[in-house]
Amino acid sequence: MLSIILLSVTGLANLFLGFLRSNRVLLPAVLLVLAVVFAVNLSGIDSTGALSSWNASPYFNGMLIFDRYAQVFTAVVVLTTLLLLPFSHKYVREGNPNLAEYYSLMLFSLVGAIMMVSYNHLLILFLGIETLSIAMYVLAGSDKSNLRSNEAALKYFLMGSFATGILLFGMALIYGASGTFALDQLGVAARALPTANPAMMPMLYVGILLMLIGIGFKISAAPFHFWTPDVYEGAPTIFTGFMSTVVKTAGIAGFFKLLLVAFADNSSSMWLPTLTAMLVLTLLIGNVGAVAQTNAKRMLAYSSISHAGYLLLALVALRSGNLSANAIFFYSLAYSIATVAAFAVLKLVDDQRGRDDYEGLNGLARTNPLLAFAMTVSMLSLAGIPLTGGFFGKFYLFTAAAQEGYIGLVIFAVVMSAIGIYYYLRPIIAMYMRPAPEGNEAPVPVSAFQSAVLVLLVAITVLLGVVPGIVEGVLNG
Amino acid sequence: MQTALLLIVLLWPVAAALLLHFVRGSAARALAFGASLVELALAVYMTVAFQVNSQPQFEINYPWLASAGINFHIGVDGLSLLLVLLTAFLVPLILLASFRHDYENPSVFYALVLFMQTGLIGVFVAMDAFVFYFFWEVALIPIYFLAGVWGGERRVQVTLKFFIYTVVGSLLMLAGFVYLYYMTGANGAVRSSDLTAFYNLRLSAAEQSWVFLLVFSAFAVKMPIFPLHSWQPDTYEQSPTPATMLLSGIMLKMGIYGTMRWVLPVVPLGVSQWSWLVMILAVIGIIYGALIAIRQRDMKRLIAFSSLSHVGLMIAGMFSLTAVGLQGTAIQMLAHGVNVVGMFFISDIIERRTGTRQIPELGGLTRATPLLSVTFLVILLGTVALPLTNGFVGEFLLLMGVYQYNPWLGAVAGLTIIFGAVYLLRMFQRVMLGPDSSFSSVIRDLTGAELAVLVPLILMVFWIGLFPGTFLHISEPAVNKLLVLINR
Repeated sequence: MLSIILLSVTGLANLFLGFLRSNRVLLPAVLLVLAVVFAVNLSGIDSTGALSSWNASPYFNGMLIFDRYAQVFTAVVVLTTLLLLPFSHKYVREGNPNLAEYYSLMLFSLVGAIMMVSYNHLLILFLGIETLSIAMYVLAGSDKSNLRSNEAALKYFLMGSFATGILLFGMALIYGASGTFALDQLGVAARALPTANPAMMPMLYVGILLMLIGIGFKISAAPFHFWTPDVYEGAPTIFTGFMSTVVKTAGIAGFFKLLLVAFADNSSSMWLPTLTAMLVLTLLIGNVGAVAQTNAKRMLAYSSISHAGYLLLALVALRSGNLSANAIFFYSLAYSIATVAAFAVLKLVDDQRGRDDYEGLNGLARTNPLLAFAMTVSMLSLAGIPLTGGFFGKFYLFTAAAQEGYIGLVIFAVVMSAIGIYYYLRPIIAMYMRPAPEGNEAPVPVSAFQSAVLVLLVAITVLLGVVPGIVEGVLNG
Repeated sequence: MQTALLLIVLLWPVAAALLLHFVRGSAARALAFGASLVELALAVYMTVAFQVNSQPQFEINYPWLASAGINFHIGVDGLSLLLVLLTAFLVPLILLASFRHDYENPSVFYALVLFMQTGLIGVFVAMDAFVFYFFWEVALIPIYFLAGVWGGERRVQVTLKFFIYTVVGSLLMLAGFVYLYYMTGANGAVRSSDLTAFYNLRLSAAEQSWVFLLVFSAFAVKMPIFPLHSWQPDTYEQSPTPATMLLSGIMLKMGIYGTMRWVLPVVPLGVSQWSWLVMILAVIGIIYGALIAIRQRDMKRLIAFSSLSHVGLMIAGMFSLTAVGLQGTAIQMLAHGVNVVGMFFISDIIERRTGTRQIPELGGLTRATPLLSVTFLVILLGTVALPLTNGFVGEFLLLMGVYQYNPWLGAVAGLTIIFGAVYLLRMFQRVMLGPDSSFSSVIRDLTGAELAVLVPLILMVFWIGLFPGTFLHISEPAVNKLLVLINR
C-alpha cells in the first residue's frame, strides 16, 4: 500500500516540478523514488502471508490486499521500470515542455499495475487496468511529430476501449450471477452456484469468457493480439519496453489471481479449453509471426506475443498452485529483465543510427562491444538457452504444465521455442557477423550510468540462469 | 585439494577465460595457452590420483535447485576420466595450432575456446541430468560464435543451420529428461534428476521407447548419425580450423559419451527396440560417408566425410552392447580425437602455405617437406587403422563387437577400413606425391611450433597403438558396470 501512496504522491509532485524541464533533476528524482519504493516494498514483505492465504494486510474493506503475492509482483514491475528509465534519455529531451508529464504518467501507470496484482475486488482490478491503460494510451502517442506514434496511440486507444467495454460487461454478468465483486466471496459463490441457482450458470460462464477476452487484449494473447505489432512499432521505444514488460507482468499476474482464487474449481471445465486454445494460437502466431519480421522492434512485438503464450501455460496449469505461481513470477522477472535490455540497446542504436531494423544493428559488436554483449545475453535469455534466466523460466513453466499432465502442450511449446531460436539469433548475427553500415561506423554513445545499468541487467540475467535458487521460495515463504 | 580437485579442473578454464578479458593481442594467446597447460597438468594429476574401479570419484554434490531435488552433482569414473584427459590434452594443441593465424579480437577468440573447454568437461563429469543439459548447452554457445564470427564466407547460414539442428535436438533431450525426472517421483518418492535415480527407474517398454527417441535425438545430431549429418561437412568446412578441431576432436564425443552414459543404461528396453535402426543408420553412414569422401576435392570436406564414416563404426560398435564393442568405443574416442585433430591441422598447414585446400591443385609437396610428409603419413595410417597405431586397436574391438551383434553387419562395417585406405591414401598420394605442382619447390617444411603440436599427437598415435592397456585398463570397470546396468 505504501508503494501506491508513494508513487501517486510523487507522480503529482512531479507535475509541479515540471517547470524545471530538466532531466538533470527529474530523472534522478524519479529514479530515487522508484528505488525507495522498491526498498520499502521489499522490506515490507509479509513473512506470514504465504500465497495460499489471501488475507494479509487488507485495505479498503478488503478490496485491496497486500499479501506476499502482491509484494513480489510489485517488486518485479518497480524493478523493471527502475532499470528501463535510465534509457529514456534523448527521447525525453532536455527542455521538452512535457518532460514532467511523461514521468508522471509512467508512475501512474505503475500504480495501475500494482493495483492489478494486489486487488481482491473486481472494481479494483478494473480501476487498475484503466489507470494503467489510459496512461499508456497517452504515452504511446507522445511522439507528437511522428505519424506512426499517433497511429499507434489511436489504435491502442480504440482497441483498448473495446477491450475495457468487454471486460466490464463480463464483470457485470459475473456480478449478476454471483451477487458479489469480492474475489474470495466470488470463489465461494461460484462453487455454490451449481446447486444454489443452476439457472445462473450460463451467465457466469459468459461473464468469465468475456473477462478472458478483455484481459487477453491487455496481455496481447491471440486472437486478440492484432494491435500489438503496430502499436509496439509506433510507440516510442522506451514506452514499448514498458508495455511489453510491466503491462504484461501485471496483466498475467492479475489474470492468474482471478482464475486461481475465483474460478479454479468448478468452472474450469468451461474456461480451460478456451484458454488452451488461446495458448496454442498465441504461441503459433507469436513465433511464426516473429520469423517473418525484418524490423527488430516488430520482431520483439511478436516475440512478446509468444511470451504471453508461454505464460498462459502456467495459467492452464494453475492447479499445481505454488509451482505455477512461482513459474509465473520467475518467468516474468527473467523475461522483463531481458526485454528491458533488448529495448534499451535498440533505443540507443536507434537514436544514433536512426533505424530499428536488423540492419541497424550491423557491426555493433565492433563499435560497441558492451551493447552487443547485453543484446546477445538478452536474446539468448528470451530464446531460453541455459546460463540465462530465460532457460529456468521456461523450465519452471514447462515442469508446472508437465506436472499437471499437459505433455502435449509442453512438447508443442518446446517446438515453438525451437522456432524462436531462429529469430532471436538474427540480431546476434547482425551484430557479430556483419560489417557496420557505411558511414555509420562511429560508436553509439552510451553514458557511464547506462553502461552500468546494462551490466546490471546482464548480471541479473546470468545470475538467474546460474543460481535460480536465489529467488526460490520468495513467493511461498 | 583432493575433494575440490574436480571442481578446479572444471572451473579453471572459465576463470582463465574471464582473465583473458583484461589482456590484449598476443598476450592473450600466451595466457590462454598457459592456462590450458595448467589444466592439462591438473587433469594428469587427477588421473594419477584416480583409483581404477567402477566407483565415481572426486564427487561433489551441492544442492542447486534444492526444492526441486536437483543437485550440482559431478564426479568421474573411468569413462569420464578418459574424455577429460582427451579434452585437456587436445585444447593446448588446438590453441598452439591457432598461433599462426591472426584472429581479430584474439582475447575474445581464446576466451571462447577456454569457455567451451569448461562446457565440454562439464558434460563429461555431470552426474545429474540438468547439470548435464546445462553444460551441453554451455559448450554450444562458444562454438557458435567461434564458427560464426571467425569462419569462412558462408559462415552465417552454415552456423545458423548448425545451431538450430543442435538446439532442436537438445530441447527434445530436455523433454525426455523432464519426463524421466517426473517418473522418479512416481510412487510418492522425492523427485530427483540424479544419474543414479535415473538408473533406478523401472519404466515400461513403451515409455522407454519414446524416451529413447527424445534423448537420443540430441546425441544423434551431435555425433552426427546419418541422416542428421547435413550440418556437419558445411560447418567443418566453414569454421576456422581451431573450431573445426574442437568440433570434430571433442564435441563429437559428447554425443557418443552422452549415449553411453544417459541412454544405454537408462532406457535399455528402448535401446533394444531401436538398436536395429541405429545399427542400420550407422552402417549406412559408414558407406555413405566413405563414398562421398572418395569424391571430395576439398581436403577439409574429405576429412569431414571421413569422420562421418569413422563415427558410424563407433556408433555401431557401441550399440552392439558388448564388452568389446563398448571398450572399443571408449578407446576409439581417444584415437579418433587425436587423428582427426592432426588431420585438420595438417590440412590447415597446407592451406596456409599454398592458399588452397583443393586436392587437384596440389601435388608433389613431399620433396620440399619431408617432415610434414612423415607426420602426415603417420597420422593418416593411424586413421586407416594400421596395426600398431591407435586406430587399429579401436576399430578391431569395434568390429569384433559388431560382428558379435550380427556377422553380416560386421562384414559391411568392415568396409570402413578398406574405403578409408582408398580415399585417405589417394589424398596422400595426390597431395604429397604425384606430379609436381607450382608449390612443390617453394613450400616450407614444418616449423618448431607446428612440430610442437604434431609430435605429441604422433606420440599418442603410437602410445595408444602399442600400449592400449594403459587406457583400456582405466575404462574397463566403468564399461563393465555399464553392461551390468544395461543387462539388469
